[in-house]
Amino acid sequence: MSHNKLKGSIFFYFSATLIAIFMLLPFFWMISTSLKSSGSVMTIPIQWIPENPGFNSYRKVFEIFPFARSIFNSVFVAVATTLITVLSSAMAAYVFAKFEFKGREILFSLYLATLMIPKQVTMIPNFLIIREIGLLNTFTGLMLPSLFNAFATFMLRQNIKTVPDSYIEAAVMEGSSQFRIFKDIILPLVKPTLATLTVITFMEAWNRYLWPLIVLTDRSKMTLPVGLSLLNGQYGEQYNLLMAGSLISIIPMLLVYIFAQKYFEKGLSVGGIKG
Amino acid sequence: MIFYKKKNKYLSIFIFLLPSVLGLIVFGILPMLGSLSLSFSEWDIISGPPKLIGLDNFVNILKSEEFWRVLNNTLYYIILYIPLILISSLSLALLLNNNFKGIKIYRTLYYIPVITSWVAGSLIWKIVLNPQFGVLNNILNFIGLQGPGWLYDQSWAMPGIVLASIWKDVGFFGLILFSGLRGISPTYYEAAKIDGANSWQRFKNITLPLISPTLLFVIIISLINSFQLFPQVMIMTQGGPNGATQVMVERIYKYAFQYYKMGYASAFSWLLFIIVFVVTLVQMKLQKRWVHYES
Repeated sequence: MSHNKLKGSIFFYFSATLIAIFMLLPFFWMISTSLKSSGSVMTIPIQWIPENPGFNSYRKVFEIFPFARSIFNSVFVAVATTLITVLSSAMAAYVFAKFEFKGREILFSLYLATLMIPKQVTMIPNFLIIREIGLLNTFTGLMLPSLFNAFATFMLRQNIKTVPDSYIEAAVMEGSSQFRIFKDIILPLVKPTLATLTVITFMEAWNRYLWPLIVLTDRSKMTLPVGLSLLNGQYGEQYNLLMAGSLISIIPMLLVYIFAQKYFEKGLSVGGIKG
Repeated sequence: MIFYKKKNKYLSIFIFLLPSVLGLIVFGILPMLGSLSLSFSEWDIISGPPKLIGLDNFVNILKSEEFWRVLNNTLYYIILYIPLILISSLSLALLLNNNFKGIKIYRTLYYIPVITSWVAGSLIWKIVLNPQFGVLNNILNFIGLQGPGWLYDQSWAMPGIVLASIWKDVGFFGLILFSGLRGISPTYYEAAKIDGANSWQRFKNITLPLISPTLLFVIIISLINSFQLFPQVMIMTQGGPNGATQVMVERIYKYAFQYYKMGYASAFSWLLFIIVFVVTLVQMKLQKRWVHYES
């Protein structure tokens, strides 16, 4: 028995470590490349650990591109998008869960129907609409479509449904306004779902690429993914610059991940439904 | 249902629904209709209003050699990606479904690619896959193998993208399957052990059937994702070499925003929708043959 156990644990640690190496090696290579000078990026044999490590490529990335600005833009856009999405979805979810009115089911099935349609179908007209109202190249234009999120609304509706009606009735009797009921009773009771949605929405907004690529054309407006892809277009062969930029773009998300890991794992396993 | 005062009730409904429903109409329903009518039109965005041309866009796309090449490229990706992601994420889930010390740290590490943006991930892999100066070919070299040209080689570019995608996605699907495994009651395994079933039999007769609903979910999602491949291609190959990694979303983006053929791009996006829809439908139909639901 204990012999088998030993064999089992050797097998486990061996395979788990092997997989970890596969997962982390690219990151190691990113860091190593970012610390190299332009000359030592392309040498044979390759330098696993740079011979003369330095932060030159980091300095250069900030010189040739408004990178500090991009970091700020990304943080702002991700935070604001998350707030808009979660708040607007929670408000709608409250109505769908606790109010009865004509056409409610039809309206809600419209929400669910949009989940089936690939974003690429609505992307072109969305661009035209944003352009028509003069919001191209603005954060407002970038974030306005986030008002509507069928998935978040669905998740929150399911959760708000479990809040007992008697809580709300009691508050209505006491004369609380709907706004207060929403803020003081509903939202606190669905906190775990809110936290999960916050985390996955934030990550999606942080990593989003196609929509910002279309809406933002001004270099000073770009978020990190768009900025990086522009950098890739102009300095595609300067690997140390590209890797410095990539590392900078990963770190903020990594920090959020480390501090909110619990919600990430929950969020990603339900977030898969969204595709 | 709760009793609300009538006047207040409708005002509340209106205010609470307003932002979301406004979004639904302006950025969901209107664009759907717009995209549909654009797909029957010709328009370069600059000159005049869109001109209706009937089914011409669809006919032209289906007649073009490019469309079939793009579909072919996507199939190549799917044939490599789907079996690989299923095997690797299921193995990962089985590995994680243990009680060894330090397992949480491993889980945390496997997750880092998942939270990395596709743009950064693609940049990293572009460099990892460099035929001369990249890590991968140098490791292959070390064990005596001659690595291919990866992204520079027409037949190896797509496998390169597949490799990057596995790296990025395996933690995500692994976790989903892991929570599926967690849901299997240990009593099944104990009973099977008493009956003398070996570990392969237990896997085949208990684990696989009981996890099949989760597997179906993973297959559907990963297939949908496969048809929507985009940032990997944009960053790593730009559709090259020689069109070998051109895919649907990349084409839609370029037709709309580089060549300004809005109608043609819209028609392309509807074809994408139809394909994804049919593929998902087929999956749902086929599931009856292999997915097992506990009654």
